[in-house]
Amino acid sequence: MSAFGAGARSFRRAAVTLLIAAAIYESIARSGYFAAALLPTLPAVAHALWAMLMDGTMLRHASYTLYRVMFGLGLAVAVGLPLGILMGRIPAVEHFFLPLVSVLMPIPSLAWVPVFILWFGLGNVTTILIVFYAATFPMLLNAWSGVRSVNPLWMRAAGAMGANGHSLFWKVIIPGASPFIITGFRQAFLRSWIAVVGAEMIAASAWGLGWVIFDAKEFLNADIMLASLAVIGCIGFGFERLVFGSLERATVLRWGMVRTAKG
Amino acid sequence: MHEDFPTASTRAPALPWLPAGLRDRANWWVVARTAFPFVVVGGLWEIVARMEVFHRRLFPPLEEVASALVRLTAAGILPHHAIETVARLLAGFGLAAAVGVVIGIAMGRSRRAEDIFLPLVSIGAPIPGLAYAPLFMLWFGLGNFSAVLLVAFVSAFPIIVNSWTGVKAVKEIWIRSAQAMGADDRRLFRLVILPGALPYVLTGLRLGLAQAWRILVAVEMLAAVPWGLGWLIFGAREFMNTDVMLAGIAVIGAIGLILENLVFKRLEEYTVVRWGMMTS
Amino acid sequence: MLHIDVDNVSLLYDTPAGRVSGVHEASFGMEESEFLCIVGPSGCGKSTLLNIIAGFLAPTSGEIRIGGKVVTGHGMDRGIVFQDFAQLFPWRTALENVAFGLEMKGVAKAAREEIALKQLRLVKLEKFARSYPHHLSGGMQQRVAIARALAYDPALLLMDEPFAALDAMTRDEMQRLLAEVWRETRKTVIYVTHNVAEAVYLADRVVVMTPHPGTVKTEVPIRLSRPRDPLSVEFLEHQKQLMRHLSEQAAKV
Repeated sequence: MSAFGAGARSFRRAAVTLLIAAAIYESIARSGYFAAALLPTLPAVAHALWAMLMDGTMLRHASYTLYRVMFGLGLAVAVGLPLGILMGRIPAVEHFFLPLVSVLMPIPSLAWVPVFILWFGLGNVTTILIVFYAATFPMLLNAWSGVRSVNPLWMRAAGAMGANGHSLFWKVIIPGASPFIITGFRQAFLRSWIAVVGAEMIAASAWGLGWVIFDAKEFLNADIMLASLAVIGCIGFGFERLVFGSLERATVLRWGMVRTAKG
Repeated sequence: MHEDFPTASTRAPALPWLPAGLRDRANWWVVARTAFPFVVVGGLWEIVARMEVFHRRLFPPLEEVASALVRLTAAGILPHHAIETVARLLAGFGLAAAVGVVIGIAMGRSRRAEDIFLPLVSIGAPIPGLAYAPLFMLWFGLGNFSAVLLVAFVSAFPIIVNSWTGVKAVKEIWIRSAQAMGADDRRLFRLVILPGALPYVLTGLRLGLAQAWRILVAVEMLAAVPWGLGWLIFGAREFMNTDVMLAGIAVIGAIGLILENLVFKRLEEYTVVRWGMMTS
Repeated sequence: MLHIDVDNVSLLYDTPAGRVSGVHEASFGMEESEFLCIVGPSGCGKSTLLNIIAGFLAPTSGEIRIGGKVVTGHGMDRGIVFQDFAQLFPWRTALENVAFGLEMKGVAKAAREEIALKQLRLVKLEKFARSYPHHLSGGMQQRVAIARALAYDPALLLMDEPFAALDAMTRDEMQRLLAEVWRETRKTVIYVTHNVAEAVYLADRVVVMTPHPGTVKTEVPIRLSRPRDPLSVEFLEHQKQLMRHLSEQAAKV
């Protein structure tokens, strides 16, 4: 069977499965066994979602969350990427930072939230810093691994053709490490996403998707919760496919350098 | 690649708290070199703390953190919290492992299972686990049951995905060789597919454990359960007991490190590393 | 009755470009304890034919009979050695790998380990019985693979370019070893290769296959006494003869 035919069949089966799952959920929700507030029907969720989109609140929450993710992620890349590369190139840097990284990494980023709240208060700063903490490690480690994985043959060939330090770095090492760097970026994004939702639940003061979900619990608004979950899922999925997919396509896939294990 | 722990380069030192590193005679230099960054950071910390750049309660000197650690351990408080947390972790992760490996392997073996589970997994996976927490609390209430269920739910995803990938990655040539030598389906599964998929399954379990750990600490902070390290840290905030908080964080880090090294590394070394299927 | 009978076997593939012939009406027979080589360029269908004999592929038409019984799927009357060294199970020691077939047959542990050790001795690797495959070189792994395929005493041994991925010197060594092993065990062997010299060295008879469509062109008996000298005149004559058959077809294409 051709690849296209098999793909279309999988898609159909997936759609069928989802429809069946939705139908089962819907029938449980309507059965009356559970309070409508706890298990809202799908139309109720859709209604809540629509309402929040229309009055702009969903958009506002989403933009707060995205702002924090972007800022934290930006910091993580600005710090983690150069540091990781330096660790890969200069043994002294590696020897200094690797023990610190190994000790800090097993600590979940959210464990720091109460401390950060004390130091920086509730709100944006704390949230962004938690995102930064969570996202830096995958970025740093992947950049480090990437630089170390650059095939020495490429370095020798380039050197023989007269590449000096500067061009060697930009024209051989960076492109050579790019599969790892992109994976690091992808994992950093995932981690920031997870961290931001958690941080918002615990530390945000008024806005943000994580906060919405937590707040909705107080008022037993399961429909708002599910609607927000759907939004979170969509944004995450959208980013995955659109941003990272095309980034990969433009670089490593085009160069045939795909890594086998995906984050 | 293990995304949750640095793979040491051939030039990096064996970290001194790993058993293997200590066997080396000429280890003094390596130990000193590894301790050096901590000395530097610790020194900077002490300077900032003692200069009282920030309020002493907010930024305690290390000795206060250490004494809080000792104090709480002696009073039995810290061990109590730690045990609660670890117990929840083991319960949740155990559940996730048992269910996740079974589902993942089923997905790899049966097209039908794959068609059923893959869409559900793909949808659930990109949503951060913690986002489900309030939902679970709403549905199952506060308390241990809800927390364990959430941990199990969230950490199951990487386990399922990796087990599935692992089964599909079993080499065709092993299957053919075994079949040529008379292996029936059952024995093929037990003697070829399971060991063949092991590197991926272990990676999935490792990722699952890291996920479980992260989410458990966060759930405990949401005050969904009584007792627990996350709860301890969050609670200490009210009285600005930063020394207690940092002590708690240190314990969290230590447990994470132990789980990673003592449990997983050993497991891997006994199996997939020994068989040459994965580099250590 | 012939020991092995390949009777008008054909295999057609479905591809996006339509039906393609993998093997077209291949026929030949074999006596017991004969060493047969199938030689041909890539794409002539020799590996496909071997897989059909092994039972991993079903022919579109024609049948294969072993000892009079038609082949339907894989079975323990045939042992197989692939080209890829990774065919050994990495989670089992060399000894455990070799004992696998015996394990499937239900032989008790002590007995099968003894037999497996004997097989390893045959391929001169008894010292490495407790080693894991990733500690062995490519040539050593292939030797274990041969021992493994022989251990449970199949009637027919199938080998698909087992030494193609080894360096020339190791390959020569392995060919000599294989010839020795065959002399001792007198197994019936079908050996696929693209290396003409190798075929002349090992075989009693060489089946020449040509591509487009993959079919048996001719059979050439090699009546040289063993051990054979690759530099002798008769050896080179046989080689030239085979190369002529092969290049004729290439010219036609």
